[in-house]
Amino acid sequence: MTAPTLADKADAPQAELGRARLRKEDARLITGQTNWTDNIRLSGMLHMAFARSPFAHAKISRVDVSAALKMPGVVAAFAGADFAAEQGSLPCAWPVTADIVIPAHPPMAVDEVRYVGEAVAVVVARDRYAAADAVAAIDVDYEPLPPVLDMRTALEPDAPKVHAEGNKSYEWVFAAGDADAAFSGAPVVLERTYRQQRLIPCAMEPRSVVAQWVDDQVTLWSATQIPHVLRFALSAFFAIPEQNVRVIAPDVGGGFGSKLQVTAEEVLAVLVGRRVGKPVKWTESRTEGNMTVHHGRDQWQRIRIAADRDGRIRGLDVDLLADMGAYLMLVTPGVPLLGAFMFPAIYKMDAYSFKCTGIFTTKMPTDAYRGAGRPEATFAIERIMDELAVELGMEPMELRQRNWIKHEEFPFTTIAGLTYDSGNYEAATARAMELFDYAGLRREQAERSARGDSVRLGLGISTFTEMCGLAPSRVLGSLSYGAGGWESASIRMLPTGKVEVVTGSSAHGQGHETAWSQIVADQLGVPFEDVRVLHGDTQVSPKGMDTYGSRSLAVGGLALAGACDKVIAKARVIAAAMLEASADDLEWLPGRFAVRGDPEASKTIQEIALATFAAHDLPEGVEPSLDSDYTYDPDNFSFPHGTHLCAVEVDTETGFTKIRSYVAVDDVGVVVNPLIVEGQVHGGIAQGIAQALYEEGVYDEAGNLVTTTLADYLVPSAADLPSYQTERTATPANNRLGVKGVGEAGTIASTPAVVNAIIDALRPLGVSDVEMPCTPERVWRAVQDAAQSGGAA
Amino acid sequence: MTHITVTVDGVSYADDVEPRLLLVHYLREVLGKTGTPVGCDTSNCGACTVLLDGESVKSCAVLAVQADGADVTTIEGLAASGRGHSAQANGALHPIQRAFHEEHALQCGYCTPGMIMAAADLLRDNPHPTDEEIRDGLEGNLCRCTGYENIVRAVRRAAEAGVTA
Repeated sequence: MTAPTLADKADAPQAELGRARLRKEDARLITGQTNWTDNIRLSGMLHMAFARSPFAHAKISRVDVSAALKMPGVVAAFAGADFAAEQGSLPCAWPVTADIVIPAHPPMAVDEVRYVGEAVAVVVARDRYAAADAVAAIDVDYEPLPPVLDMRTALEPDAPKVHAEGNKSYEWVFAAGDADAAFSGAPVVLERTYRQQRLIPCAMEPRSVVAQWVDDQVTLWSATQIPHVLRFALSAFFAIPEQNVRVIAPDVGGGFGSKLQVTAEEVLAVLVGRRVGKPVKWTESRTEGNMTVHHGRDQWQRIRIAADRDGRIRGLDVDLLADMGAYLMLVTPGVPLLGAFMFPAIYKMDAYSFKCTGIFTTKMPTDAYRGAGRPEATFAIERIMDELAVELGMEPMELRQRNWIKHEEFPFTTIAGLTYDSGNYEAATARAMELFDYAGLRREQAERSARGDSVRLGLGISTFTEMCGLAPSRVLGSLSYGAGGWESASIRMLPTGKVEVVTGSSAHGQGHETAWSQIVADQLGVPFEDVRVLHGDTQVSPKGMDTYGSRSLAVGGLALAGACDKVIAKARVIAAAMLEASADDLEWLPGRFAVRGDPEASKTIQEIALATFAAHDLPEGVEPSLDSDYTYDPDNFSFPHGTHLCAVEVDTETGFTKIRSYVAVDDVGVVVNPLIVEGQVHGGIAQGIAQALYEEGVYDEAGNLVTTTLADYLVPSAADLPSYQTERTATPANNRLGVKGVGEAGTIASTPAVVNAIIDALRPLGVSDVEMPCTPERVWRAVQDAAQSGGAA
Repeated sequence: MTHITVTVDGVSYADDVEPRLLLVHYLREVLGKTGTPVGCDTSNCGACTVLLDGESVKSCAVLAVQADGADVTTIEGLAASGRGHSAQANGALHPIQRAFHEEHALQCGYCTPGMIMAAADLLRDNPHPTDEEIRDGLEGNLCRCTGYENIVRAVRRAAEAGVTA
């Protein structure tokens, strides 16, 4: 990819799809005019602050807010019991099995707390300083209970119980093919256990919420990815009639899944605002957020692979333990299932079996985090493929090539039952290998090894695919998910020929205002500048399924195209009357209808829009409007893929890993805006590298989160990350735009590429695994342990 | 309460503030200058970076009273700094702002005000940094969206355009 330039300075009109348009969003973001939720100031607005549990597990015997009430500026203070009658339980929308245990989850704890940071009381005061002061005056008596911190021992009979129902939430199984036949008698069977550490999403914008009641109607501003789902949830689970709820997601500063949630604080802002009769605001501190924004990953993965001596995979068997944390939140139990279908990845095999046990611990609940299930699956399969290659004495890429689905075999139904519509793993890999200079690096690796260089070179491969674009509603239904997977779009043709596009997707950094303008400009033949995209307010965009799972383009983008079709169909009838021609004789040219054989006789879409405004001469019975709505429900997931290659230099004396080069060739189908796509890939890779090298949410033996700040939880800086070389291949997806999702691909791909590279560097020393994050200390210890056990070559 | 006089983006303000009030909260909640966001509470993320008498500071790590008598430039005033207020009113951009736009160096944009202000300070100290110097110079500013690749490109582009602001 050449560096993005001012491609949009081109004078000649051209198709918008594929054009590196600079973003419409930027003007406000680079000048400080952004409308973050925490910027909102309403007349009479009060501030909330929460008293939170310092214990991982305890009975609450008494909450006394009386001293807090006497503090200056304090208007009200409440304990959980004060809302017991109305606060209900935070929803879990994904009961993955019929017998799943879904414990009650009151937004504010009443009798018992089950993780450090759980809210127990709330103060409402004139400003945030006064509210924080008053929280310190709240007196809570706790009777500590034993914490449950290790999911591997949580199911033992004498383990303390997180909930009366026990520590097991569910067990979900899947099997296809004959596993016994695949494994028994297989010449090679490998078993490995991998750890997916707990991650903290750390979107740069902390969560923030403002609730304002007027009469019986509430407006909730929230830093959320899901204004529509949130509105539905407030209505369905908290008894506020849906027509009285308006949710606004103003500018939202990143999410990565962490703002795909119905949170305690959102619900409590609504309830507290109603109780005090004034607008209320709450904005979390980073410390509070690290404790109480849902976490990601946290799995133990036992994976077995059976293969023939020539490398052909016979079967795969996966057994997961997944830490749910203390409660099931919106899609907590479903996250591992999104990975369940992806362990077989791009490979053909005869049998696959999968089991996941969801376990309660006294920690913050886990839920969707960039990739949600697929990074975990991709990591495990790509790691064990490298181990299998070593076992077979084969180049790791050759092993992959022997097993992957060939480009001529698409569409291909995998052993997990997914039908991959498109792909070309050969093309992406060939290009990546060329850019990376794989052969040259292998030579250098051998040279350095031969001269006993203490800094070892390692090469890591990740040939990945993923399922995104969530999703066909019927498939979500078959997995017991609580909602559909469609997306909605509306086109409003304004009288002056300008266009308003209303989308149900809810961007929080993805650039929908730009990309959606490009799609609509192409479909309707109108200038890019004439299109304005509206989103993120249920009063403006009443219908939507919001943004997560790399679904916005693959579902919402196609909804736009469908809405444009309806605009054009309506315009055809009116154009025919204006041109005194038969509608059948009209030809749709970009932006106008012309009479076939008489291109001079034409009406532009703008002229037709104006004609509907006057509506003086429309044909009998024709609606005077071009406005159109369309709801698109995809018939399949989206399957982007790619080949990522990473070269690391590992200092065996210090354990320090430096990424020397990183090549990513992604295939995300037809690209709407290469600038935006490249940015998504960069950021995705960075987040995956962060899991491999830096980040881990750590609880101590008492259940305290010790990584509460960005000094302890190591979100990498520019100095910690390499430059990435990115390119693309483009195998069109099987949809009318040919597009696939891209938001999570980089994160899914990069983690195993980095760890495979580290192990490749250290394998001659006898190291075959390092648990993530591969910190200098862990790498150094792995080298020392290998040397002591005589593993060094 | 302590009386302070502060010039922010070319406008002089006089206020009585609590001694513990952070500069960033003074900017956001007293002056209503919400262009400077808050990303953490331990001075690690850099989202709240502003220029205090020309030097970049994290405004969550400075008390408002410490800014008494000082000249503060925020993202809202950067384009106009040194060139009069009409620049901002006309929608003119500082070269670093323009470079961030042109190199797609932002996605959600939450870190962007601080990142741009830190870059301004970096380029003032070192008008022609190497990529490594850019990365090291921005180490105190975290971005979760871009992977930093395009931020480095943007600062390089601004440097090539001769920014010394």
